[in-house]
Amino acid sequence: MKNTDISDPQYFHKVVDCQYACPAHTPVPEYIRMIAAGRYGDAYMVNWKSNVFPGILGRTCDRPCEPACRRVRVEEEPVAICRLKRVAADFKEDITGRMPKPAARRNGKRVALVGGGPASLTVARDLAPLGYSVTVFDADAKAGGMIRTQIPKFRLPDSVIDEETDYVLNLGVDFRGGKRIESMKALLAEDWDAIFVGTGAPRGRDLEIPGRKEAASNIHIGIDWLSSVSFGHVTKIGRRVIVLGGGNTAMDCCRSSRRLGGEEVQVVVRSGFDEMKASPWEKEDAQHEGIPIHNFLVPKEFTHENGKLTGVVFEKVKAEFDAKGRRKLVNAGEPDQHFPCDDVLVAVGQENAFPWIERDAGIAFDEWNMPKVDEKTFRSSNPRVFFGGDAAFGPKNIIWAVAHGHEAAVSIDKMLNGEDITERPLPAVEVISQKMGIHEWSYDNQIDLDKRYKVPHRDLGIALKDIKSEVELGFDVNLALKEAGRCLNCDVQTVFNTPLCIECDACVDICPMDCITFTPNGEEAELRTRLTAPAKNFTQALYVQDGLKTGRAMIKDEDVCLHCGLCAERCPTGAWDMQKYLLEVTHAGSSCRTPRRSAA
Amino acid sequence: MTYLAKPKFHHPGLPKNDLGYTHRDYEGTVSTLCAGCGHDSITAAIIQACFELSIEPHRVAKISGIGCSSKTPTYFLGNSHGFNSVHGRMPSVLTGANLANRDLIYLGVSGDGDSASIGFGQFAHALRRGVNMAYIVENNGVYGLTKGQFSATADRGSKSKRGVVNTDNSIDLAAIALQLGASFVARSFSGDKQQLVPIIKAAIAHKGAAFIDVISPCVAFNNHAGSTKSFDFVREHNEAVNRLDVISGRMPIEVKYEPGQVEIVEQHDGSTIALRKLDADYQVHDRSAAISFLQHHAAKGQIVTGLLYMEKDADDLHGHLATVDTPLNALNEKELCPGQSALDKFNASMR
Repeated sequence: MKNTDISDPQYFHKVVDCQYACPAHTPVPEYIRMIAAGRYGDAYMVNWKSNVFPGILGRTCDRPCEPACRRVRVEEEPVAICRLKRVAADFKEDITGRMPKPAARRNGKRVALVGGGPASLTVARDLAPLGYSVTVFDADAKAGGMIRTQIPKFRLPDSVIDEETDYVLNLGVDFRGGKRIESMKALLAEDWDAIFVGTGAPRGRDLEIPGRKEAASNIHIGIDWLSSVSFGHVTKIGRRVIVLGGGNTAMDCCRSSRRLGGEEVQVVVRSGFDEMKASPWEKEDAQHEGIPIHNFLVPKEFTHENGKLTGVVFEKVKAEFDAKGRRKLVNAGEPDQHFPCDDVLVAVGQENAFPWIERDAGIAFDEWNMPKVDEKTFRSSNPRVFFGGDAAFGPKNIIWAVAHGHEAAVSIDKMLNGEDITERPLPAVEVISQKMGIHEWSYDNQIDLDKRYKVPHRDLGIALKDIKSEVELGFDVNLALKEAGRCLNCDVQTVFNTPLCIECDACVDICPMDCITFTPNGEEAELRTRLTAPAKNFTQALYVQDGLKTGRAMIKDEDVCLHCGLCAERCPTGAWDMQKYLLEVTHAGSSCRTPRRSAA
Repeated sequence: MTYLAKPKFHHPGLPKNDLGYTHRDYEGTVSTLCAGCGHDSITAAIIQACFELSIEPHRVAKISGIGCSSKTPTYFLGNSHGFNSVHGRMPSVLTGANLANRDLIYLGVSGDGDSASIGFGQFAHALRRGVNMAYIVENNGVYGLTKGQFSATADRGSKSKRGVVNTDNSIDLAAIALQLGASFVARSFSGDKQQLVPIIKAAIAHKGAAFIDVISPCVAFNNHAGSTKSFDFVREHNEAVNRLDVISGRMPIEVKYEPGQVEIVEQHDGSTIALRKLDADYQVHDRSAAISFLQHHAAKGQIVTGLLYMEKDADDLHGHLATVDTPLNALNEKELCPGQSALDKFNASMR
């Protein structure tokens, strides 16, 4: 194998599994160390810079970082990264003074953001301090978009949304609440320098089966119903409720129903329980509230009497796999089942809808009626118009919307500075030795087996009585410290300096995970079989440094390295060093633009 | 060294031996020797050897004297019996223990100061008597604990870290072990586990006095230019006469050998040693040839490693003394004091 090029920022980036998995590439271990040190404000700012909504995401994020966490591979459960983020938000000191100031001077460029959700607010956050005149339009009175309308208050209180949307709006952003943009053509005619569309995926999919029309008054579309609940337009629901669908919206629907008078709330999904789209922890929370989840049942018909819904008929199915391994749901040969109920919530998916974009407005749409958007620049076929969040590529989640927002802001900033927006900026990378003394590192490298700590919940009896009472109470300082201690500091990298190595084997002997091998070099597939412990996880890199005195190569399997630094502590010559690798995604601003030299 | 305990985590795919243990189960507490110490590699080799032999840790007694080397039994086989004895007195303590309980596996761990100076006499007599043990000398040629003075195994002409040249002749423990009648003599290098681990395995399986001289660079005081026990010097002057593969009945032989290149040696415990000859002329069962081979190469500045000598059908002290099979410490009063009539009969036989 070739020598690993650690100067390539991507190499060590991949070793920091959580940060790599995060769409916004938040430096997770960096802020977890700050939490452990009680530096909540600093931890909040690291998050805020990267993902804009730490308090919101700390309660609601889909957490792609957690399944990626190394603790999963070396122990079992990941570090509770998401809930630690909330700790930073909960315990931070007043950080208003650390926020960027509104631009002292405007640069004369006007940018319109359609929709006031996470994608648009991220663009606004990135562009406003640079001097852009940013205007956000939203049909609702307050900013937040789906964050405010679709996430139940018992998961995310309004106060948190207000605080974090205000941090953005206070940067000199012009927010036009209650102003729905009805025509793209009209907007284009207003001569904005750039337009960003962050209108989400606002349409809930319906279920066209017999009885739908007749029983319409008791059948509700999940996301519409949730926003009505959110605004207080809906305050109660029938005693027996069926929620159709297996995603996170379905979980929010059933749990909200439990709080609005639903005593017998049941979730019914077409496919298997394990294949449900809802995050495992949301399913757990629902079940904890006494909501059964029935699977392999396909809705066939709404039953009704005198225009009133009486229940739903389901066909029992089973999964079958064809020769290509594709799954098909086929009739299980059992009689249909009738679930009596008073109300049905349909949460079977969300769709994009752009009724306000005239198809002759100069923005190309594809065969699925989605705008054609470049995946890197987020630019549509109109060079001045950009899309991001769910509006760009369909429903995802908040953290993806934030990541899109950052990239779109870079595009807009580069475009309005006359640059080629297809040239994307490299991330900022810092690699610094953590050595403080012979056995002292600037991070805590004592690693213990330690199970994941549970976030305390409000007593169920109280929680179910008030739809606005937050269920999760968050970690307290002590639990946060313990959970933060589970982080393996994967950003503190083992860096090998070949000429210093005397091949004494000290690192090989001490490594608790048998990650290090000194052996003749070879082809990767074959090399992986003859390491101290075989390297069977092909998604994880081998760190190769060839050219040792004995002709062998140092091979380190990154897979289960604990980053405990014992190799470096045991190295008599300092050939191993522990170096913190900090990668920050480049956001809009001077650093995203091509440096220009002026003649001296 | 490190202040941290080695984390309890281990690689999820770690192999297990016949007892269901991983090599981690053969570790002791974390080493407090200098970072990069050759002794730690020997520790790791002993751990690997015991793991591969599927030795039950409670069947091992590890006995040592004083010195950096003699600290190491703390760092391996944390669930075995141990005795950290007086300086140079490991051999007599081991001999006594072995006489009392012949059923244990005895690992004698010593250093060049412990065995070649203060305990030289002890070293000689334990080997001479053929005590069943694996006697491992972790040989770095200096007194590490007292800041790097030459020990008795330092080669004449080699330089100390301060630049002083050694004017005394050195003791070659392997050559002396041969002369004293050890039935298994080997030399290896801490930086070559592929050679060292099978040698330790073979020595443990050997019945009789097995002696291994392991060159172990002292990174703090004896790993500089001019030293003859440094990583670089040993690697450059290593003259390996053979390589071993120890095959216990449980592990199938998978390696294919060229005919004539390999000698298969059966050991008393049923395991076999496959001896791959690197030097075609080397005769591993010829004691006097081995001695002269060692001296011949030492004169050329070469370090001969590998299995230097093995006596076929070796026996041990218990065999020589014709003791009973039951360990002496397991004999009870009834067996030891068979009564007046037995005494009378015995006395009568002497008249």
